[in-house]
Amino acid sequence: MRNTFADTFYKAGVEDPRLSIVVADISPAGSIEKFRSDFPDRFLNTGVSEQIMIGMCAGMAQRGLRPFAYTIATFALFRPYEMVRDDLCYQNLPVTVVGIGGGVTYSTLGGTHHAMEDVAIANAIPNMTIIAPCDPAETKAATEWCVTQERGPVYLRLGKAGEPDFSSSSPELWEFGKARKLRDGSDVCILSYGPIMKKAFEVAEGLQQNGKSTAIYSVHTLKPLDRKTISRVLNEYKQVIVIEECVSVGGLSDSVTRIAWEEKAGCRLDTFTLKDEFIHCYGSHDELLAAHGLSSEEILQKVSSD
Amino acid sequence: MSDTGKSSNRNFVDIEEAQKRCQGYRRRILEVSQNVTALHIAPAFSCLEITDALYNLIMKKDKSGEITDVFLMSKGHGCMIQYIILEEMGVLSSRDIELYCKPEGRLGAHPDYGNPGIHASTGSLGHGLGIAAGQAYAEKLKGTDTNIYCVLSDGECQEGSTWEAMLMAGNLNLSNLVAVIDNNDFSGLERMSEGHPAFYPLAEKAEAFCWEVVEVDGHDSAAIAEAIWNRSGTRPFLVVAKTIKGKGVSFMEHVPIWHYRSPNKEEYKQALLEIEGASK
Repeated sequence: MRNTFADTFYKAGVEDPRLSIVVADISPAGSIEKFRSDFPDRFLNTGVSEQIMIGMCAGMAQRGLRPFAYTIATFALFRPYEMVRDDLCYQNLPVTVVGIGGGVTYSTLGGTHHAMEDVAIANAIPNMTIIAPCDPAETKAATEWCVTQERGPVYLRLGKAGEPDFSSSSPELWEFGKARKLRDGSDVCILSYGPIMKKAFEVAEGLQQNGKSTAIYSVHTLKPLDRKTISRVLNEYKQVIVIEECVSVGGLSDSVTRIAWEEKAGCRLDTFTLKDEFIHCYGSHDELLAAHGLSSEEILQKVSSD
Repeated sequence: MSDTGKSSNRNFVDIEEAQKRCQGYRRRILEVSQNVTALHIAPAFSCLEITDALYNLIMKKDKSGEITDVFLMSKGHGCMIQYIILEEMGVLSSRDIELYCKPEGRLGAHPDYGNPGIHASTGSLGHGLGIAAGQAYAEKLKGTDTNIYCVLSDGECQEGSTWEAMLMAGNLNLSNLVAVIDNNDFSGLERMSEGHPAFYPLAEKAEAFCWEVVEVDGHDSAAIAEAIWNRSGTRPFLVVAKTIKGKGVSFMEHVPIWHYRSPNKEEYKQALLEIEGASK
């Protein structure tokens, strides 16, 4: 996802001289390194200083540039939170904040590097837009949208590198603000976003083997949320499952539960989120997810029980 | 310092004219204070000559009189003086000032981006200089001659973010950035010199971050303008303006309660007398 973002941004940056990138001491991957050498004035490194990374992006946007702030998700959103809130969101400026390693992607680095509540926090700020692509193909589409948007601040939540492809054979194209069907099915529907999409596919396979036809939607745009599609899904399927790599408060699970109540949906609804806990566990991404109760086996068992 | 304007190599500053303007601004702010319960009167009096110098002596205007440089009130609570000057320039209307802090109006106790003449929303301290650095960098990138002027409180120099901005402006050599610190030595709770002795010296700290720095009497519009005109223009420039919080009204000077309070009728009369007397 990181490299796809870099490639896509580079291509757009060649065309649009307003596009610039401000990083906070993070080594620029792939094409961002090329962007740095080809357009040194439009690449800024503020060093280990995230508040000025966001502050400068705000000022640059006010004077006509289209800056992207880019660093690890925790440092993109938590460290400079008030700058994101006041400088970007309150002033409603077209700045994209790219958070690398949303959720527990940095699985060996411990709690300081886990953006467990990033989506929840970004969700709570007025004017903020949140996009969380699930794979490289969605990252490309989302980045292409971000480089031309004039709407306001965006939190673009990415994984790391090496994510498999989930969406290029999807029956639907990526469209901003619209939940996207990645897999057809008629009994159960899974709603998910971001790199944890791999669990959605594993669970869908398991359900399919148990004779339940399972659809999957990528809810890549979390704010504004595609209430229309979610309402339809809640009314169309017997069972709806939400799987997300975010704490339960303020994430997709909360939103879908609220919509289900408001729509008087009759389906069964199971939601799976990160635990409300700092877990002192180090391992692979899958192992961290399992420690949060998000292994496909555990999810499958819970959604299959009565 | 009152005759420094005469030695200016760029412009002659009519000192009496500047003092008259500032007297008028103080009078107008006192007038407005009678319509609302809270106005941040002392912080506005503190940076009054600084704001006057920047708007009336320093910033470039186009043929129609519109200012082409950028003014940011990073100490957002000082904005009443900015509003009054914008009113005088016709950027804001007297109706705007009349409706200050009222639901039908658009001006609040901190500046809001999007209102006429306001280039950033401030109020939370430690944001303005970072935004100013971004604006200055963008103007450099675009190759314009636009300068960014940013007024800071000394209190907000206690925010780490201000020093992130100082460092980055120094790194990037933002020669089109001018900051003025309204150094009245008061934060909300106490005098900096008493509560935070390591706060000083201030000028040397900024110099160590590659800024060019000058200290001036912050209630002398001419001296402030002079300092800015005479800068080398090769680095970001800082004016440490020595000021008095509540300047111009004896019972407000150095008295913390006037950070936020509006004078009652008696106090208003007394304040007005002192302001008028200052010109004699």
